[in-house]
Amino acid sequence: MNTVIWYIIPALIMFCCGVYGFITRKNMIAMLISLELMLNAVDINFVVFNRYLFPEQMEGMFFTLFAIAIAAAETALAIAIIINVYRSVKNVDVSGLTKMKF
Amino acid sequence: MKQEIGLIVVFLLVFLFDTFMSRKQQTTIGLLSCFFFAIFTAYGFCPSVLTSWDAFHGMYATSPVIVNIKNILNVGALIVMIQALRWADQDMVRVRRGEFYELLLVTLFGMYLMISSRHFLMFVIGLETASLPLAAMVAFDKHRYESHEAAIKYILTAVFSSAIFMMGLSFVYGLAGSLYYMDIAASLFVATGVNTLLIVALAFVIAGVGFKLSLVPFHLWTADVYQGAPTPVTSYLSVISKGAAAFAFLVILWQVFGCVYSQAWEWMLYALIILTITVGNLFALRQKNMKRFLAFSSISQAGYIMLGVIAYNAMGLSALMYYILVYIFSNLAAFGVIGAIENATGKVSMDDYNGLYKTNPRLSFTMMLAMFSLAGIPPFAGFFSKFFIFTSALNQGSVAMYVLVLVALINTIISLYYYLLVVKAMFIKNDDCVIPRFRSASSERFALWVCVAGIIGLGIVSCFYNHLLTVVVG
Repeated sequence: MNTVIWYIIPALIMFCCGVYGFITRKNMIAMLISLELMLNAVDINFVVFNRYLFPEQMEGMFFTLFAIAIAAAETALAIAIIINVYRSVKNVDVSGLTKMKF
Repeated sequence: MKQEIGLIVVFLLVFLFDTFMSRKQQTTIGLLSCFFFAIFTAYGFCPSVLTSWDAFHGMYATSPVIVNIKNILNVGALIVMIQALRWADQDMVRVRRGEFYELLLVTLFGMYLMISSRHFLMFVIGLETASLPLAAMVAFDKHRYESHEAAIKYILTAVFSSAIFMMGLSFVYGLAGSLYYMDIAASLFVATGVNTLLIVALAFVIAGVGFKLSLVPFHLWTADVYQGAPTPVTSYLSVISKGAAAFAFLVILWQVFGCVYSQAWEWMLYALIILTITVGNLFALRQKNMKRFLAFSSISQAGYIMLGVIAYNAMGLSALMYYILVYIFSNLAAFGVIGAIENATGKVSMDDYNGLYKTNPRLSFTMMLAMFSLAGIPPFAGFFSKFFIFTSALNQGSVAMYVLVLVALINTIISLYYYLLVVKAMFIKNDDCVIPRFRSASSERFALWVCVAGIIGLGIVSCFYNHLLTVVVG
């Protein structure tokens, strides 16, 4: 259990950094990077739990593989949409996207 | 499994036709996909589909109840596809209309996976298959700025919520050592008491699915996305996506975390439901844009849906299915009218609807029926669906549940006010620049007739609810 802690704490720090970045950053690309941090923290968690707590089967590893693929798909789609936004407003700042509110 | 294979066949057919047909023949792609999907929907009602089935080492399961849930979603998706025909015919959308139907079918496939998965990896894949193409659909109006803004808001919040959801899952995995619903439930049952990690994991999981259902602390994307997305996509998001998420939520909460109900998540859900219904209602009061208004109304409807989720008994499940069926018909009727008016005149503000009854009596009558059904006025289906939901919640018998139902009832009365605002605008108010008389496309009229038949028929004819109840009881 003690070894697990040393892996889980960095993962949690990563996750919290991701949340913080997602909330505070104004640039959409930076927000996307923060999301990536969060998703990777999840991956670390799964791998560590699998390796140290349940080494007899591989479920966590497989979940990580699929999660990486899904994260890549999400990023590709988000980048496509960001390019669309860039074409219409000529920047990638979220604070400019406030036409629809309340 | 048969339904998933059927849906993939429909998708492949549409995809092949879209790819290999000449430009001239492509005008029929919308009708063609509606036709294929209608056949597939009819196939879902065959008795041979209604079987229990396991696949992928128990990761996937289906049963008569799940088949019926998928049939309900199919009917809704079919109506959405028919309503979208006219919109897909516009100049800006025309070249890409095949893609719209393909994306819609793929998201529906993802929702199927969400509902019948019995393993969290399968569920996550289903969730992403359902939500990623939806973002592309939200961004479908390439030439409208609102569509981009809505799409970026949708994709960022969707990824954020799924990251939170997967974080919760990793804790659940760390606790239970497996991702099978059954194994997790078994290990939670064996473990004595509730530890902090489980509470955190549950909160994360509930938050993640709550994003999809737009429950209140996680609802902030809803109104913007509904307003900015093209109207057929909005109706799809508000009805089918929400219904699928509700059923998946029911399965996760009760099959996986059922044994820690009273210790861990009973009060979380009470708070969520009360907040959802109340905040959704209060924000709906002040909306002027019709799509935004329906967005907040659908948030509060999600609260009622959750009332059916938390009342976990045979009646609760059948009431939930019935509620979503009725909600599909009433909400799609409202969105159908909005879409017809938007396609003909481009107006979506509530003030534009002043005096609509004088020029377009049938449309305003349909809208009135939809509003009455959403508000729950007796002869229409919406009353009975709310009635069954409340009754099944009260059957649980705890005092907290009584309070919950009381809050929901008070909110029904508040909601009556803003639903009637629309009716008042159409029938009583007068305006100089009324929307002129126009004739909506035959596809739109057909879809609206189906919706009206559903709103009236489901309320009066009792065999639908009886059928759902017999399916659930077995």
